[in-house]
Formats: sequence, structure tokens, C-alpha cells
Amino acid sequence: MTAYSSKLTIHFDDDPWPERVLDCRGQLCPAPIIALGRHIGEVAVGELLGVAADDPAARHDVPAWARMRGQEFVVERPAEDGVPVYVVRRIS
Amino acid sequence: MTNAPVYLDTASSEPLHPAARATLLAALEHGYADPRRLHGPGRNARLLLDNAREVVAEALAVRREEVMFTSSGTRAVQLGLLGLAAARTDRGRRIAHSAVEHQAVTDAANWWGEPVEVGADGEGRVYDGDLVEASTMPGVTVAALQSANHEVGTVQPVGAFPLANGVPLFVDACASMGRLPLPEGWDALAGSAHKWGGPSGVGVLLVRRRARWTNPFPAGDPLSRADDHVDVAGTLAAAAALQAVVAERGEVGAKQRALIDLIRARVADIPDVDVVGDPVDRLPHLVTFSFLYVDGEALVTELDRLGFGLASGSACAVDTREPSRVLAAMGALTHGNIRLSLTRETTREDVERFLAVLPGVVASIRERAGL
Repeated sequence: MTAYSSKLTIHFDDDPWPERVLDCRGQLCPAPIIALGRHIGEVAVGELLGVAADDPAARHDVPAWARMRGQEFVVERPAEDGVPVYVVRRIS
Repeated sequence: MTNAPVYLDTASSEPLHPAARATLLAALEHGYADPRRLHGPGRNARLLLDNAREVVAEALAVRREEVMFTSSGTRAVQLGLLGLAAARTDRGRRIAHSAVEHQAVTDAANWWGEPVEVGADGEGRVYDGDLVEASTMPGVTVAALQSANHEVGTVQPVGAFPLANGVPLFVDACASMGRLPLPEGWDALAGSAHKWGGPSGVGVLLVRRRARWTNPFPAGDPLSRADDHVDVAGTLAAAAALQAVVAERGEVGAKQRALIDLIRARVADIPDVDVVGDPVDRLPHLVTFSFLYVDGEALVTELDRLGFGLASGSACAVDTREPSRVLAAMGALTHGNIRLSLTRETTREDVERFLAVLPGVVASIRERAGL
């Protein structure tokens, strides 16, 4: 299927990488988002938190979570094993 | 106190309209024969089908010869969309469609060739300029856009944009037929009877007289616009239901709009909820919302236990395990989702009972998740 939209993901080497990545491999929706909700308070405001999740719903639900909770979705980038890591920044 | 179960999933299938039930029973007796045969029973079946065609044409404000009956809404989508494409294979085999189309449309477009998909905004409305541009791409021969979205209710701008190069427009109107007047500006359009209170297994396909259309499936005469093999009695019952629904839609639609407005406002008071779709320019009977940190399957199961039947677009609640493409395309939360759609008889009391239990159900599921 051809993606014909303005959405484009470009990765740069200097993309931020969080110190802490929650491992939610193998977990189904909404478990990775619940993990984000439980642990976001453990990083300082302005700091990054990542969640590694192979459930396809996470690609949509991490940015939606950030929008609804007033946090910032920063980037999606692959971990060494290829599993996507969704990086968010704590804003509040 | 015991309460009767409340069915809130008419966007999947509406209970049979009383007008359809009476017609179905009468027509079953006389409509058994093959309407193409020249004997008396065949002529009776043909008369019933002609009657159905007349009723549907009048209810939808189209010409009788533009109405074809099919064996399902999905079949109407396939014949309509691919029939426009089959008449233009000299130019290619690509279909441009919005990212929020029903699976029946995307499956048909994928089966036909390599489709071109265009995005939608946060309310689920297609970027119509993108659809116009996509329709000019090499090999694109048909554009497809729904009249209104089946999951979130948002009405699409059908008829508001002209397509270039004579590319025809197919409209999937399954979610809105009977509930809203048909839009303008289409070449073929499909509807599904069980979405408006007719029997299941009856589809309506409208093809404009001026439109080029060729049967995309094996057919003796590919240019014949004769009906698909149809259930004659069911088709007449579907027509009776459509006539009744169109006659009642001013009153029923206004009542449903007010109830959905009430639900949208009250659900928005529950913490961490995404109430999605256009709040105004929408289907009258339907609303979708998603609760953060909530498992959609648990939500639907618990509401069912309490007597409320609703659908979910969350991955965990459907057999494909994929999240709703519609919610994903809109950037809406895909987990913890429920779609609520009213019957013509849903009362304020039913809605109040639902709204009374919903916050507690959501809170208890979140509590179990430790949030």
C-alpha cells in the first residue's frame, strides 16, 4: 500500500535517546501506555522516558497519550533488536 | 430492580423496523420464485422487486433505473467501486481512497490494484485536496470516499470537490443511508439494509445513468445493470424499512442528535477520555470515545454484563488484533475504545442509565491496572 500523506518519519543520529527505557516487549494494548502512565512521574520535568513496545497500537497510542496528558511525544526510533522505542518528554 | 438489556450497536446492525417485519412476512409468501422467469410466480417475484426499486428510488431521490439490488452491502461496495474501475482499465488499476474507509472498500481497492491512500484530520475528515491530487496520479482510475464515517460519525465533504480528468467518484453510504439525505457528486454509491433496519443480506447499489460501469465479476453481459442474485422478500422489506426511516428521520434524527450531544458532554467529564469525531457535522445516532489506560475488551465485557451492548474498535476487542485504522488515521487513542450507536427507540432513560454506570466501570478497570 502506498502511503500518500504528509506524515514522514526521518531519523537523525543526534535524535535524543532517553536514559531510561521501559521494556514492554510482548505486551498488548493498553499495557505499554499503562507503564508510561505509572512511570512518567519518576523522571524529572524536562527529562526523557522511552517505552519499547512491539504492539502495533503503541505507535498510535503513545502520541495520543502525550496529547491527552499534556506531555510531549519526541520521536520513535528502533532499539538494537529492531523493536520501536517511543520517546516522550515529561512536561508537567 | 431488573432492567431490560439496552442495545447500543445499531451502527453494526439495526433491529428490524416494524414496517420491514410486516412486509417481509407478506412477501415471503409471494416472492419465492426467480424474478427472471416468465411464469406466474416468477412474474410475482419480479413485481415485488420492481415495487422495491420504485420505493427505494423515491426514498433516495434517484431514478428507478439507477437502483440495483445486491446480496449485501459489501457486495454493493465491490460491484460499485470495482464496476467503475472495470470500465477504465485502459488507464490503470489504481483506486484512491481515504484512510478512514470501511474495510470493504480498502479490501476491494487492494484486491484490484495498488491503492493510493490519503489521510484524514483529527476529526476523521478526509483532506479532500489530497484526494483530488491523488486522483491525478498515473494509473488512478477511481476515487472512493464514504458519505460519513462508520466508526466516528464525521460527515465527509462528498460533492464539495471536483475530480480532475473525468475520474469517477464512488461513495460508500452504508453508514448514512436513510439517516441523512444522499450527497451529490457521485457516480456510484452503496448502501446496506441492515444498517437502517432492513433485513441483513440486502445491499443497494446506485449507478448514475451517465456513469461508465462494467461488471467486474464474471457475468453473461458485463454491461447489464441487472440486480445481483437477491432475496426478493428481504429486498422488499428493506425498501419498506427505508421508506419508513426516511419518513421518520426528521423526528428520530433530532431526538438522537440531542441524546448524542448529551452523551458527548457527560462522557467528556470522565477523566482522561478522548471523545472523537466532529461534534456537529456527524451522523445523528453515533459517538465514539476512548479511555486512557483501559482495556477495550474488558470495558465491552463489563458493560455487557451490566446489560449494555456496545462495539469497540480497540485491537484487543476485535479478531484481527489490529487497532482501528480509523482511530489511528485520526491520531485518536485506539485502546479503551467504545462506539455507541442508538436505536430509533433508545430513550433518555436508557442513556441516563448508561451514563450512570459508565464512570464506575472505567474507574474500576483503571484501578485494577494500578492507576
